[in-house]
Amino acid sequence: MASLVGSRVERKEDTRFLQGKGRYTADINIANQTYAVFVRSPHARAKIKSVDTSKALKSSGVVGVLTGKEIAEDKIGGLIAGWAIRSEDGSEMKVPANPPLAKDVANFVGEPIAVVFAETLDEAKEGAEKVKVDYKVLKAVVDPAEAMKSEAIHDGVDKNLCYDWLLGDRKAVDEAFAKADKIIKVDLINNRLVPNAMEPRACVVDYNTASEEITLYTTSQNPHLSRLVMSAFGGVAPENKLRVVAPDVGGGFGSKINVYNEEIVCSWASKKIERPIKWVAERTESFLTDTHGRDHVTHAELAVSNDGKFLGFKNETIANLGAYARVFGTVTPTYLFGPCATGVYVIPAAYSNVKAVYTNTAPVDAYRGAGRPEATYTIERLVEKAAMELGMDKTEIRMKNFPTQFPFKQTLVHTVDSGDYVAGLEKAKQMADYAGFEARRKKSEANGKLRGIGVSSYFEACGIAPSAAVMSLGCGVGLWESAEVRFNPTGQISVFTGAHSHGQSHDTTFAQIAADELGVPMENIDVVHGDTDKGTFGMGTYGSRSLTVGGIAIVNACKKIVAKGKRVAAKMLEVNEDEIEFKDGEFVALKSNKKKTIGEVAFACYLPGQRDEMKSPIPEGDEPGLIESSFFDPANFSFPAGSHICEVEIDPDTGNVKVEKYTAVDDFGRIVNPMIVEGQVHGGIAQGIGQALHENTQYDETGQLMTASYMDYTMPRADNFPEFNLGFTCTHATSNPLGVKGCGEAGAIASPPTVMNAVIDALGGQEISMPATAEKVWKACKTMKKSNAKAA
Amino acid sequence: MKSFNYHAPKDVKDASKLASSSSAFLAGGMTTIPSMKLGLASYKDVIDLKNIKKLSGIKVSGKTVTIGATTKHAEVAASKDVMKAIPALAKLAGNIGDAQVRNRGTIGGSISNNDPSACYPSACMALNAVIHTNKRKIEAEKFFTGMFETALKSGELVEAVEFEIPEKADYQKHPNPASRYAIIGVFVAKHKKDVNVAVTGAKSCVYIDKDLSKKLSSNFSVSAIEGMDVKSSGMNSDMHASAEYRANLVSLYAKKAVEAC
Ligand SMILES: Cc1cc2nc3c(=O)[nH]c(=O)nc-3n(C[C@H](O)[C@H](O)[C@H](O)COP(=O)(O)OP(=O)(O)OC[C@H]3O[C@@H](n4cnc5c(N)ncnc54)[C@H](O)[C@@H]3O)c2cc1C
Repeated sequence: MASLVGSRVERKEDTRFLQGKGRYTADINIANQTYAVFVRSPHARAKIKSVDTSKALKSSGVVGVLTGKEIAEDKIGGLIAGWAIRSEDGSEMKVPANPPLAKDVANFVGEPIAVVFAETLDEAKEGAEKVKVDYKVLKAVVDPAEAMKSEAIHDGVDKNLCYDWLLGDRKAVDEAFAKADKIIKVDLINNRLVPNAMEPRACVVDYNTASEEITLYTTSQNPHLSRLVMSAFGGVAPENKLRVVAPDVGGGFGSKINVYNEEIVCSWASKKIERPIKWVAERTESFLTDTHGRDHVTHAELAVSNDGKFLGFKNETIANLGAYARVFGTVTPTYLFGPCATGVYVIPAAYSNVKAVYTNTAPVDAYRGAGRPEATYTIERLVEKAAMELGMDKTEIRMKNFPTQFPFKQTLVHTVDSGDYVAGLEKAKQMADYAGFEARRKKSEANGKLRGIGVSSYFEACGIAPSAAVMSLGCGVGLWESAEVRFNPTGQISVFTGAHSHGQSHDTTFAQIAADELGVPMENIDVVHGDTDKGTFGMGTYGSRSLTVGGIAIVNACKKIVAKGKRVAAKMLEVNEDEIEFKDGEFVALKSNKKKTIGEVAFACYLPGQRDEMKSPIPEGDEPGLIESSFFDPANFSFPAGSHICEVEIDPDTGNVKVEKYTAVDDFGRIVNPMIVEGQVHGGIAQGIGQALHENTQYDETGQLMTASYMDYTMPRADNFPEFNLGFTCTHATSNPLGVKGCGEAGAIASPPTVMNAVIDALGGQEISMPATAEKVWKACKTMKKSNAKAA
Repeated sequence: MKSFNYHAPKDVKDASKLASSSSAFLAGGMTTIPSMKLGLASYKDVIDLKNIKKLSGIKVSGKTVTIGATTKHAEVAASKDVMKAIPALAKLAGNIGDAQVRNRGTIGGSISNNDPSACYPSACMALNAVIHTNKRKIEAEKFFTGMFETALKSGELVEAVEFEIPEKADYQKHPNPASRYAIIGVFVAKHKKDVNVAVTGAKSCVYIDKDLSKKLSSNFSVSAIEGMDVKSSGMNSDMHASAEYRANLVSLYAKKAVEAC
């Protein structure tokens, strides 16, 4: 039988999605449901003097109004930071309480203060307008670079500083810098991004008054984790009385990892008002309250020798956490960022120092790539600048500093098991016709345009993550993944996974893997996810972990099925177990060539009785049934890597930047479905180009979000992109039996520096910050003209 | 969105009878519906114009092109008649917003709304348009009175827009990358006697750039306006573009438009 792993199987989920049959949270309605509307702070920072709900309670159709006071009285816990990060001086990070409904102070525009439940959505909205909140507006802290010098916004958090973290060796770095021929320096801003999942957040809660069970339908990337957090920290309900269902979810990108205020409040309130509750975010609420991404201010330096060898690296970053520290908020700018900031290079000495600060803006958390795009942007801007200042070719300087031996002990944390960075860059150069660039530049010049080429080579640590490693770094949970494979008597198979698909195509890829392991057609396999009542447990989907961790749990559970199948088949065929071979879905007795299909074996597993001729097929010591589960905890992260090359053309009259060519060569280890992987890479590059050229989250100095709609926040669109030119190299991961590395984030990690390096190349090396919007580029072009004129 | 009474009358008379100080006409709904959803506007009565047949359609006479108020941008963009008589107008309509907006948005809604960064008002100004309402005829110059303001009185309904066919014309636009409205739109029309350069997006309301128009009236060529300094004073400055950048775009796109004529 041909292997399904590696082939372009069409997506099973497309049929329902393309026919509009997806079933999302907002599609769910429960008889007798009420509608929730949240009263949100219009101020970035304000004392809440009083909340008057009396008029709202009398408003037509209003069933209930709840505030921070009631939720505090019921001792419902708040939102949490999932990772404990220590400062360089050994002190614990400072985390303020984040109640689901703010009681005393509001810390960002959009923070929920109260909630109104009513018979209809209109009535709920009208009721919400009648809740009177008396605020005392305080001066907001908005700019992360100024946060440490500003008044503290949280009690007990001095200088608004969550932690001042260090990874690496300052002394070794100083020594390396002292010996260097040249120090390359960059000052960077990694612009804040609004994730903008196509489906806004939503939840529907159904409290069963008889069983006292709460069912929460929600837009989550990790329903089990949400249940755990809501039970353990929220105290909303015991874990066995809380069912969390995340049905079809229309994109997450990290913004749906957190348990949010609305889910906690509606779950708690449903029990209180004994009515089902439905809440669906409006787009403005998504802009204001979904966790945002990035938002770093970085100064970094690279020490080099005149022949282009990297000697040392340092990175001083201020990371904006927003108003509160959330689940991955504290680890994203530290362990997901710092170690990767030395990139794909041998750099003998390095350190990353990160100060995470609180500001009166929406909380910042993981967003596609989480930390690694910021890391790659830092090092790849430095490397490109080093090439420019040393007068070296951009690819040559990279080649010169790539490791050639694997495993490669990276400077700060990771031991990279496999890779071939030289092969990736060589292939990218070829595919991009790197050699022909000068001719294309001249042609553009003749048309009055400026053309630039940019390169970036990246690696990332994903497949998050080995529990032992992450827990030693401060993670509050282990990041294994589980799977259960149920072989039903009639031959159909349900594969339960704790990973969650919200665009990753697990229905297809996981079925491909299980089909190969079990030797059955893919059509016989259903992948089940997103429901804590179905399947064992799970940590969910983020950090490119679904396949590398969740997929392997499926493989291992399938292997257990086959192992038991072998024992059963041996008994059925009356031979010893070691005389049985399993191949293409059949258990074959090697000597006699008699066989049983896996379907026959499964059927037999459910018929353990004895009657007349029929003997029990279940060997002694085995139990009936054919259901196996596995918890997989990887031994290491996985390390996708690659090189991307971009060419842009700039119109100096308007400053418009056109991405002319984009080439990506990635090493994702073994590829299960090339079509799906290409889709993931396309999406990632599109988001990265969005960050580099278009997306520009702006708060004004009072903390109002200026870009809170699509009229003002530029999402990249199809006509902003050329056709992407994709290629692959392959070295297998050694930390998992499939040799897979994960591909979900790579595009968004590699592309921002690739594009910016091209823009800056076109501008003759003039630094410009992301997003390189037309006006900014136009101004840079004018400066360039002036300095050219001076030089002439 | 607050609830409202929905009407869809079959003729203009009924529509105007239904109108009051707390009503709105509904054409494509591309502006009206979002502002109602966001709570920026609410009406007791919404009067949908879609059933009034005579408000839709395109007519070309010897000297003018007349477009019915509820004619959609996509229809203008695809009209062979418009393409032949005033290709710049078809081009303008074809570059408004995105496909969804063009399939719903109408010329009547566009000019009645008079968004400072809408495209059509510039065409009206440059092509000496006459706005036909159920009460009177209004010259474009007198129709667009300020930011989101027009000469329309309560209950007054745009029926059609009549454009003068120029000798040559072109429309050039620098779209806002987010909304795709015009950051700057420049409509240049060369009529028999004179040239009009209408600018949208730059200020609080569409206007004719008199200096550019004058220069081009005496010499219709790029060189006539080469090096001419468009002043940024009075121009909009916001997070999408500074006044200085807008001024640069006005002179740039005026040249591009002349070149394309
Ligand atoms: C995302 C987006 C992008 C856009 N981009 C552009 C662009 O690039 N260029 C551009 O020019 N426009 C643009 N628009 C505007 C759009 O093209 C419409 O013209 C505009 O939204 C209004 O037209 P409508 O037919 O939808 O009117 P409606 O929204 O139905 O009505 C708008 C206003 O006009 C009134 N009205 C409607 N018809 C009449 C009438 N016959 N008589 C009197 N009053 C009337 C209504 O009462 C209302 O006050 C964009 C809109 C959106 C949403």
